Amino acid sequence: MQCDNIINTLAPCLVQSGWNGDLANFISIFLGVVLVATFPLLVTIGLIWFERKFAARIQDRMGPNRVGPFGLLQPFADVIKLLGKENITPAGADKVIYNIAPPLMVMSVLLIWAVIPLTPIHVGMDLEIGALYFVSVASFGTLAVIFASWSSNNKYALLGAFRVVAQLISYEIPLAFALLVPVLLAGSMSLVDITNAQAGMWFVFMAPLSALLFFVSSQAETGRGPFDLLEAESELVAGFNIEYSGMKFALFFAGEFMHVFTNGVLMAVLFTGGYIGIGGIENSIPLLGLVFLLLKAFVWYLLALLVRNALPRVRIDQLMNFNWKFLVPVSIVNLVMMAFLFKVVQELGLAPAPGLENDFVANIPQTLVLFAGNVVLGLLILSVVRQNFRRERLEESAKSAIVPVGAGD
Amino acid sequence: MNFGEGLTPEAIAFGLFTLLTLGGAFGVVTTRNLVRGAIWLIVSLFGIAGFFVLLSAPFLASVQVLVYIGAIGILFSFAVMLTRGMTNLKERFNSQWWLAALAAVIAFMLLMVGVIIPVFGNTGAPVSDQVQTTVDLGVALVSGNQYVLPFEVASLLLTAAMIGAIVIAREDD
Repeated sequence: MQCDNIINTLAPCLVQSGWNGDLANFISIFLGVVLVATFPLLVTIGLIWFERKFAARIQDRMGPNRVGPFGLLQPFADVIKLLGKENITPAGADKVIYNIAPPLMVMSVLLIWAVIPLTPIHVGMDLEIGALYFVSVASFGTLAVIFASWSSNNKYALLGAFRVVAQLISYEIPLAFALLVPVLLAGSMSLVDITNAQAGMWFVFMAPLSALLFFVSSQAETGRGPFDLLEAESELVAGFNIEYSGMKFALFFAGEFMHVFTNGVLMAVLFTGGYIGIGGIENSIPLLGLVFLLLKAFVWYLLALLVRNALPRVRIDQLMNFNWKFLVPVSIVNLVMMAFLFKVVQELGLAPAPGLENDFVANIPQTLVLFAGNVVLGLLILSVVRQNFRRERLEESAKSAIVPVGAGD
Repeated sequence: MNFGEGLTPEAIAFGLFTLLTLGGAFGVVTTRNLVRGAIWLIVSLFGIAGFFVLLSAPFLASVQVLVYIGAIGILFSFAVMLTRGMTNLKERFNSQWWLAALAAVIAFMLLMVGVIIPVFGNTGAPVSDQVQTTVDLGVALVSGNQYVLPFEVASLLLTAAMIGAIVIAREDD
């Protein structure tokens, strides 16, 4: 690798200016790790302000507006307040596990950033199993919730954990099935390959149903509305983090905010082309790729916020029914259909010719076929759902016709 | 023997993962608190995932974390949490302790003999050079002349187990 400039090629530049090769490599990797771990945390500070303003506008309020212009300094004031708070450890708590849980929660989200391609040349680690890695580090988040609730020695926390584990484990299944479709289309589990495969056409046009499934299940994985049963304030006081105070609570809080934005980034990488911008400009100015990635992620993040603030919380039985009787079957059928159609497209010669994969026009035929398949499947699903609800309604009205009013009470 | 010479980053990582694996396993058998036991088990299994990384098998490492920590570890701690009375055990041994000890010692001896003898003798060639990358592994699992039959049998077995679990757990209507 040649030394071009200090941002893109740090290690060769240090060697050129007389550093030891091993030391230069170490410093380059170390700085990379620090940057990749700090960047999401810094973004989160801004996002907390934005989300509070956004939610306030939806609820016809002003939102934070006292500290700094437009309340922009509110998150910093909050951090100072949280740092000053007493760190309470309950008397009956299992101290070691109680203290491990908050950092584990943040870690489970930060680890995802290690495989996300930020620009064409900046990626923490291009793992050939990137997509699988993302699914497996997400399980640390579930563990953190279990640790926190059990070690707090509080029945509300434990009740919260029972809900979380049921929810997180269930929604991992449609998440993984939806994740498999971009993997299938790109022919690789590496997130870099998946991004590059979208140079001609974004996967969201080839597989809109998978994008929707991934979006819904990742919203449930973050445990936010309408799936925020794990911290249903009216029922569980605060859920699994009830006994935490000060910075330990703040870590859970930051972990959740970061998770929502990280899901936006994943949506951007998997379905809307990651760092790929207009006319390959990101290849000549790599840092522009980061701007494109964050812009796309921000759009998905806005959508997640809108869903969170606009929809009411679901009940636990509705949550489980929706997952096991709707999302799981739909995601399996969707995966099988996409695999079949993709093979058909290749056999019919509709796929772009070798060398033309990055051409927009060459991608149109296969995109049209795959999109049509998605539309047909979507209409089928809607008609089946409609039939079911109509039958249910008829049964209900038949029942209420026989039973006299008030007889069952 | 110069210790500083062999101290590559891989050696340090190997030592760390060995410490995690063995320390975790030691914690599992010595702790009297069942939830802590489950957590030590997770630590131990995480160490094994580290070994897979060192052996350049990222797919196995990821699956190790996904299956053993993400599924089995969570299931264990969840099941233990639901049985509060069992969480703190008073007695260390039950009446069949010598039987379990004998079985464990014999199994350990067999394992050690199996591991140590090849170290001194000829290690021999790898059983198969087919599987080098994750792509090779995927192809090997579904190609007709390699592992497709064991793969299908295993998936059939897991499906049967799942149906069995549902039948047992189901309430009679």
